[in-house]
Order: sequence, then C-alpha cells, then structure tokens
Amino acid sequence: MQFRIVIKSEIGKKKRVLIFLGSIIAALIVSGLFLAFLNLNPFQVYIAMLQGSVGSVYRIEQTIIYAIPLIITSLGVAIAFKMKFWNIGAEGQILMGAFMASYFALNYSFLPRFILLLIMFFAGFIGGAVWGIIPAFFRAKWGTNETIITLMMNYVALKWVVYLQYGPWKDPNAFGFPKLANFAKNAVLPELFGVHIGWIIAVLLTIFVYFFLNRSKKGFEIAVLGESAITARDAGINIFRTIIFAMVLSGGICGIVGFIEASGVEQTLTKDITGGVGYTAIIIAWLGALKPQWMVLASFLFAILIQGSSYIQSAFGISAYSAQLLEAIVLFFVLGSDFFTRYKLIIDWPSLLRRTKENGK
Amino acid sequence: MITVAFFKAAIIAGIPLLFATLGEIITEKSGHLNLGVEGMMLMGAVIGFQVGYTTNSPLLALLFAAIAGALGALIYAFLTVSLRANQVVSGLALTIFGTGFAGFVGKSLMGMKMTDQFNYFFRDLKIPGLGDIPYLGEIFFNHDIFVYLGYVTAIVLGLYLYNTGKGLNLRAIGENPAAADAASIPITKYKYLHILLGGALCGLGGAYLSLVYVPVWQENITAGRGWIAVALVIFSGWNPYKAIAGAFLFGGLDIIGFRLQGTAIAISQYIFDMAPYVATIVILVLVSLRKSKKNAPPKALSEPYFREER
Repeated sequence: MQFRIVIKSEIGKKKRVLIFLGSIIAALIVSGLFLAFLNLNPFQVYIAMLQGSVGSVYRIEQTIIYAIPLIITSLGVAIAFKMKFWNIGAEGQILMGAFMASYFALNYSFLPRFILLLIMFFAGFIGGAVWGIIPAFFRAKWGTNETIITLMMNYVALKWVVYLQYGPWKDPNAFGFPKLANFAKNAVLPELFGVHIGWIIAVLLTIFVYFFLNRSKKGFEIAVLGESAITARDAGINIFRTIIFAMVLSGGICGIVGFIEASGVEQTLTKDITGGVGYTAIIIAWLGALKPQWMVLASFLFAILIQGSSYIQSAFGISAYSAQLLEAIVLFFVLGSDFFTRYKLIIDWPSLLRRTKENGK
Repeated sequence: MITVAFFKAAIIAGIPLLFATLGEIITEKSGHLNLGVEGMMLMGAVIGFQVGYTTNSPLLALLFAAIAGALGALIYAFLTVSLRANQVVSGLALTIFGTGFAGFVGKSLMGMKMTDQFNYFFRDLKIPGLGDIPYLGEIFFNHDIFVYLGYVTAIVLGLYLYNTGKGLNLRAIGENPAAADAASIPITKYKYLHILLGGALCGLGGAYLSLVYVPVWQENITAGRGWIAVALVIFSGWNPYKAIAGAFLFGGLDIIGFRLQGTAIAISQYIFDMAPYVATIVILVLVSLRKSKKNAPPKALSEPYFREER
C-alpha cells in the first residue's frame, strides 16, 4: 500500500478555518483559470466583483437585500436538516408564503399598514408551513422519502403561481402582460437605513433559531431525533409530533421569506420571486454546519458572489450564469476540503518510490 | 385526444426520462445517490446541441453528450467516492454546476435550429413486422432510432444487473460494501465506472430533449425532468425493466396538459402542468405504503464506505 487514509482525531478550530480558507483560495484559482480562458484578467474580475458588491453604500444595501432571503431561508432549512430531514422544498415554501401574503395584499389593502403587514407576515408563515407539513406527514406516517416529495412540491407551487399569474390574478390593466397588479403602498414593507425592514426580521429570526436549536427542549429533541430515531424513541420523544413541529417551523420560516420578497422587493407576486434562493440556502446551511452564526456569514459571502456577478455581467459582458458556475466551483472545493478535516492522508513515500522504480524497469 | 397519436407522443416524451432513470438506477446500485441528474442532463443537452450544431453529425453529438454527462458524474464521483463528501450536497452542487454550465455555453445557441439533414437522422423508422401490429406497432415501433436505443439500453441494463456476474458484484457493493470488499471486488473501480456510466446516460437523456424532442435550444430545457427521474427510480423499484413503464407513464402525464387544450375539459393548462409532479408525490406515497423487500433501495445507499472504519 503506497498510501492510506486514517481518521483524524478532533481537529482544532484554527486548523478547520485554515482548511476552509484554503479551499476557497483553490476555488478562486480554478475559477481564475476559467476566466483567463475567456481572455479576462481574473484579478480585475475579482476586484470588480468586490467593487460591485461592497464598493459603495448603495451597493452594500443591494448586497444586504440579497443576503436577507438567503439568511432566513437557510435558518428555515437548517431546522429540518438538524433532524436529518432533507427539506429541499424551500423554493415551494417561499412561493406559497408569497402567494398567501399576496392574497391579503391584493384584497385587504384598505387595512391600516401595520395590521395588514402583520396579517401578511402570518399568512406567509402559514403558506410555507402548510407546504412543509405535507411531506412531514408522509415521512412521519409512512416513512416516505422527503427529498423527492419536497422537490416535487416546488414545481407544484411554481405551476400554481404561474397559473395565477397567467390566469385569475392577471392584472387587467397590464395591457395583456401576464403580471399581477403591484401591491398598494400599504402592503409594502417600509425601509430603515435604506433597506426594507426584512433585515430586522432576519436578525430576530437568527437570534430565535440560535436559541431554539441550542437552548430549547424542542430544539434538543429535534437534534436527538436527527442523531438516531431509536435513541429518540427510547428517550420518550414523540417522533411523529416532533417531525411535524420541526417542519411547520422550517416551512413557515421559508414562507416568511416569500412574504418579505413579495412585499419588500418585488412589491407583487411573480413566478421568479425566489430567484433560486431555496437551493442556494441548502448549500449555505450545509456550509455553515447548521450553526446560525456561520450561516449568516456564508449568506453574506454568497450575496457578495451573486451581487458581484451581476455587476461583472454588465462590466465585462460575462454571462449571468457565471455566478452559478462560480458558486458551484466554490462548493466543489469546500465539499472536497471537508475530507482533510476528517481524514489524514498518509503517503508511504519509500514504497511509492520503490514501486515507481519497478514500473520503470 | 387519448388516441394512438397521444400514446406515441407519450413514448417520445418519456425517452429523456427513461435514459435519466436508467442512469440513476445504475448509479444508485453502486450505493451512491446522485442528485445531480438535472445538472448532468443539462450538460449533455447543451454539449450535444453545440457539437451537433457545429459538426452537423448526429453521432458525434450523441457521443459528446454522453461524455459531458460522464464528466459531470466524474466530479461527483471524485467528491463522494474518493473524498467521501456528503452525497446529497455534492449532487445538488452538481445540479447547480450543470445549470450554470448549460446557461453559459447555451447563451450563444438560443433559438438555434439543426439542419434538415441533421434532423433526417432522427426520422421515424418503422420496424418491419413489429411496426405492422395494429395500434401497438404505431405506438411503440415507429420511432426515431434514439427511442429504440432507449429500449435496448433498458433491456441490456436489466440483463447486466440480474444475469451477469459483474451485475451481481455491483449489487453486492450497493447492498453491503464491506462484504463485497472482503470478496475482493474492486469497489472503488466499480463505483467510478457505474457512476460515470450513469452520468453518460443522463447526458443522453438531456441530448434527446435538445436534439430531437424540442429541438431548438432553450434555457433550462430539462424543466425538472432530472428530478422526476430520481423519483422514477424509486417508483420502478431500482429495476430497469420497470423503469420503461414508469418513464412512459410520466411521458404521458408530461404532455396531457398540452393535449387537452382546446378540448371540452375546461381546466387551465397550467393546472395540468402540475400532473407529473403531483403524480410523483402520489406514487411515492403509495410505494412507501406497500413496503416490500423487492422494491427496497440498495441498503448502503448514500452511506460512504470506508474500509478502515469497519
């Protein structure tokens, strides 16, 4: 055997961070080669990305607006992931939350602003929660694979919103364009410091989820169930109820994102309201090791990547898809680097050299 | 409405699903859950289209589509087999990569069409004898050669899995890698080869969409079919023969909304577009209700195997 792999004992935090940074740098180098292949100077592109995302107050605000849905959605999916429940359905939960919130925005705009927004907030939560309960029920009752169910429900929600947008909810004053009417002013989230107040919701939810996962009894039960269903049962945890509860919370929090994006950003309901946030958030939750504080950091990293990519798109004429490619390359490297935090590669140089020599003969 | 033409169209709509489902079956049989099907299909679709567009050669287009899918799978295989990364996240990352890749490469192909000469390669060819059976002949045996390639692939994979020693080895790896290892089956080699083969099949499935089914390049041409294929694997109980039936059933659901337009059934097409997704959910729930050993997933699915951890 020329090399073997052994499991590492606990590694220090410092080393973990170093490995993570190393993988990011490796990803930047590979992406840089890709950019060079396109006849672009990678350094110029990276600097432009930073300028485009954090180069001015306005751009920082835009980056924060991108980060808000990423933070909240990753908090939502993290609760499910803690239970080893693969909730890939954040996209659908966001859409249904947006749909519910939009119903009230469009039909009850005569209500006072604060009350209307409060109703929309809870409507969004319920929309997402209902979309979360369905796969949770099947999983809890019959052990149905939740990965595919949650995914399929994304498409059902998407088709539902498309149906509304092209059918019954189409704005008659839009000259035939398949779009909904814009929300009345009452139904739009106010701004504070240049960003809609969704950021306050994000901060509060981060604190809430942190304490929920780390300090509450329910959060503990979810973690135990994630570790082992047998242990959970022996500890007297009601498995059925825990799964349902966790998914109400997980889906509901994602539903709130739908409310925030519809009310604060788009100011209407569209089929593109998620912008793929539901999928990116899964990655963020995993990168942040399901720890809210790290997930917030990862969300900002991705927001910078997305905002920066849309900036270089106009500055260098690079396809908008380059953001997705960069995202994936970073991911591949971070995924791969995890190996080095868990295992140690021991290369037996003498025997390797001996073997090479023998082969050379 | 529900006529011979409808069933024939259902077969055609089912072919991309069939290739992707077969690819994912062979991948999962090696114990690896690759959720990158959608990404690999997109990679195959765009590379197949690009190569077909530049060379005007259908065979080269198919070859490179398969290679593109396999290269996507190679990234996944390196991460999950060699580096033992989380399979779910690695698969998702591959889908993101494939979507970005297809969008990036396909930007200059938007709305492009193949030449008539190219399309002639994929004309309907009636199989002598079988094609003359009333109704069934027209539905099953009067298609382009890609469809027949799908039939053949499913049957060959079925024979390979259940009737050859190598197929048995593969199933052993998916069920109990430690035992397979003890029987000195080269696990890593098997896993790599079958994950790559799975990727190649997914790439072909995507190429059918861009080269024959649509056949104009459009953004996000797969529209979630990769995910339906992942569900079809469960539906077919990891059995290539049953995958044929599943793929064609879902092919039918895929086109039913479009077909019912303008008929007496006054339901919006957008509602019918939900059909394949809702049906997937219903079928998965039904499958989980009647749990049997025969339809069970490979036991070691999505568990990384590490010899030293035994």
